[in-house]
Amino acid sequence: MAEYWYVRPEKEEAVNFFFNSGRKPDYTQKFEINEKDFIHTGRATAEMKLLLKRLGVEATVLRRFAIIGYEAEINITAHSRGGEMICNVYPDLVHVVFEDKGPGMKDIEQSMTPGFSTADQEIRELGFGAGLGLPNIKKNTDMMHITSAENSNTVLEIIVFFKENE
Amino acid sequence: MKIKDIIKLLDGELLTKNTDLETDISCAFGSDLISDTLMCVKEPTLLLTGLTNPQIIRLSDMIDLLGVIFVRGKVPSQEIIDMAVERDLPLVMTKFTLYKSSGILYNKGLRACNI
Repeated sequence: MAEYWYVRPEKEEAVNFFFNSGRKPDYTQKFEINEKDFIHTGRATAEMKLLLKRLGVEATVLRRFAIIGYEAEINITAHSRGGEMICNVYPDLVHVVFEDKGPGMKDIEQSMTPGFSTADQEIRELGFGAGLGLPNIKKNTDMMHITSAENSNTVLEIIVFFKENE
Repeated sequence: MKIKDIIKLLDGELLTKNTDLETDISCAFGSDLISDTLMCVKEPTLLLTGLTNPQIIRLSDMIDLLGVIFVRGKVPSQEIIDMAVERDLPLVMTKFTLYKSSGILYNKGLRACNI
């Protein structure tokens, strides 16, 4: 199983603290994401964005969360056999796990390269497959962790802190 | 620049009745790729595109779109128009191409959005 880690340098301490603390989320919500359902993909993220907005999360953080969630949902819809999005909300951050049912990535590093895409013609005609999904996630997240292998499932885990400069 | 001015400049047709045409628009972005458009996170923007699938409206749930101009005479389905009306998002159709539409608006002072 191949693995990819990214932590925004200024958030390294906070991310380590999160993983070592064993904290329990205040709220958890799970969403199903279906294969090739380009009508509804993104709905889970839109719903979560609204919830975070009601909790008072600031607009720039909401936008970053939305882009990460939306790109990840599109990835599951376009490239996998479907999967789920599990959102764990804490007082100071949101932790999300996206897990699909395969078929997995051949080369994670390659998939992180802007412009690289395995999308077919049908997906491209809908405006997806620019090869910017994972790079856009990396650009907006405070932490991302991917595990994947060919003929296996892919798990993407992300954290977004509600305060950007702490 | 306001949406109503943009409609005139692009000889466009407003697809969403009763949406706000008075919002000030200071910048725009043009693309037929969803992920490209998701790069516009720094400021509210107008979007010019040839894509007419529901994900264009979903985009406005994620980033601040002030309006969508469908170029090359493309008209989205009624379902998409209804989704836009629900969100008070003006949709405009123009027969001009993406390049021509962008050029006209740029020449009139509508700058590119910061990415």
